[in-house]
Amino acid sequence: MTALLSINEVSKSFKTRAGVLHAVDRVSFEIQEGETLALVGESGCGKSTIALALLQLIGADNGRILFDGIAVDQARGAAKRRLRQQLSIVFQNPYSSLNPKMRIKDIVGEPLRTNAGLRGRRLRERVEQHLRDVGLGVEHMNRFPHEFSGGQRQRIAIARALALEPRLLVLDEPTAALDVSVQAQVLNLLRGLQHRLGLSFLFISHSLATVEYIADRVLVMYLGRIVESGPVEAVFAKPRHPYTQALLSSVPSKDPKLRGQFEPLEGEVPSPLSRPPGCAFAPRCPRVTTDCRTRPPELAEWTDGRQVACIRPLTGDAEHD
Amino acid sequence: MTPPALEIHDLKVRFPELGRVVQAVRGVSLEVGGGEIFGLVGESGSGKSITALSCLGLVPPPGEVSGSITVTGRQVVGRGDSELADLRGGTAAMIFQNPGTAMNPFLSIGRQMTDVIRIHRALDAGQARAAAEEAIASVHIADPGLALRKYPHQMSGGQLQRVMIATAMACQPRLLIADEPTTALDVTIQAQILRLLRELADAADLAILFITHDLGVVAALCDRVAVMYGGLIVESGPVERVFEAPAHPYTHKLLETVPEIGRGKRELDFIPGQVPDMAAPPRGCTFHQRCDKASTVCRQQQPFARQVHGDGNVACHHAAGVLSLDIISGQEAAS
Repeated sequence: MTALLSINEVSKSFKTRAGVLHAVDRVSFEIQEGETLALVGESGCGKSTIALALLQLIGADNGRILFDGIAVDQARGAAKRRLRQQLSIVFQNPYSSLNPKMRIKDIVGEPLRTNAGLRGRRLRERVEQHLRDVGLGVEHMNRFPHEFSGGQRQRIAIARALALEPRLLVLDEPTAALDVSVQAQVLNLLRGLQHRLGLSFLFISHSLATVEYIADRVLVMYLGRIVESGPVEAVFAKPRHPYTQALLSSVPSKDPKLRGQFEPLEGEVPSPLSRPPGCAFAPRCPRVTTDCRTRPPELAEWTDGRQVACIRPLTGDAEHD
Repeated sequence: MTPPALEIHDLKVRFPELGRVVQAVRGVSLEVGGGEIFGLVGESGSGKSITALSCLGLVPPPGEVSGSITVTGRQVVGRGDSELADLRGGTAAMIFQNPGTAMNPFLSIGRQMTDVIRIHRALDAGQARAAAEEAIASVHIADPGLALRKYPHQMSGGQLQRVMIATAMACQPRLLIADEPTTALDVTIQAQILRLLRELADAADLAILFITHDLGVVAALCDRVAVMYGGLIVESGPVERVFEAPAHPYTHKLLETVPEIGRGKRELDFIPGQVPDMAAPPRGCTFHQRCDKASTVCRQQQPFARQVHGDGNVACHHAAGVLSLDIISGQEAAS
């Protein structure tokens, strides 16, 4: 079976006055039909750049992005239209991603008019259906974005993204701007829609707890490269890369009894303009060896479907620590 | 007996708008002592940030503030800018969510820090520089001399937040108000900043009022916590008690809705509906429209704060673990 999305050795760098910034460096992964892949990492790790390259909002320097077997940067004419219909995105901030001058029916209806060519009653019926799908009543059709709360706006953005019945939905931090009580509603909605419509998700987030809830597989990035990937449960239960472990233990627990049980990671992410010669995580790593500082680790495939880029991976067993 | 670093009594803040009045804070009382980190937690629009701003007399016009706020015994409510000048950044300092926007991009870190230090402490330029360097070192920035020569754009968000904390600490405050100081930071950096704040509270006997929407951060950092909803404190108490045995249905629900690592794919609980419009807060308990325990009394009467078993207060007619029917404070009922 071929993957719905296949990203192969994709790199993207930006020229800046201070030098060349390697935002994404030889990243490869696949998303299967109906699967949710989460991309996690801290600011500047390249996760949003991948989403933008995938949607052809920026061009990648190298590598191939295949969607359903078609190279996204080569598609022209009708093929490109079809790609645009099958790939969609929901952005982080529903306050800036909805045009304040447009009514809800026009926001959700715009892709249906421009890409599917719908008009009149058929357009109206489709808009009503997509609003119902995200739990909004048809009485909202003629209202403007400012009349809605953050959670409702994100529902509108999701309705718009689903209007053309895409097969892959990119979710770039879809709940980061929402309150916790509303975040839960939106996450439940997304999971329900996925089950019903058989969608694939590329879920970009820095919130690990959210990732555990929604994703099947997770890909951890650090400074433009993948450091670890695998099924969410396995990676979160027994991280093998020291960075994944640090990321997981940095998330404050709701249990006050667990406070102060770990040492926070020292230092900060190095500038992508001056990438360390060896492993990019070496300057902060508690398990660092001299070898780590000189030899960049390759992303190695393990037998259990996981990948790790580390010379001294954690096995998760106490005796190896 | 020395007065507490911060004492708020029956604080109310109203914003008159065209044809309506938004009641942002509707009767908040709390106390924070030296060395204590007090978490004020709530969702957008709960009134937590306005409560924080009130402590330094920084409520923007047309806000009307009433009640009492004392910082080390000094009254803040009703005082003008000139009377509060030595309090702001002196006795009581504040740090914000976005450290980048709180600094002047045209001036070096050193210049901005020494300016503030010289306003509040009788030091000459050289001494102020030394105090700034010492403060920078105390927040664990390597090479303080170099840091002072940098400009804000040359630093990361985490470093800038350290600079903000250093600037605040250089003026030897008794109270630090931290409004979502780690929300814009990555988790590994957040963990560092939280540890730093704990260290400072312990070392300098500093009182910290920590505003956040993140319950995990409260659990990791705070000693006591107050949960705000609709301009009121609905529950307060020691962090262990509130998190282990939440008495208010809102606190309980809030804890349930937060996804936590290790819970897997279990369906997330959520709070139906949305926060009320504070220009027309609902009658009775503010939370009753979203509460699954709501009864007739909840729709008609605003609940008083009552003492809870295991310390703390709760304002709910159906609260779990209420010690007695004694009314702790009747002030909420009056509003």
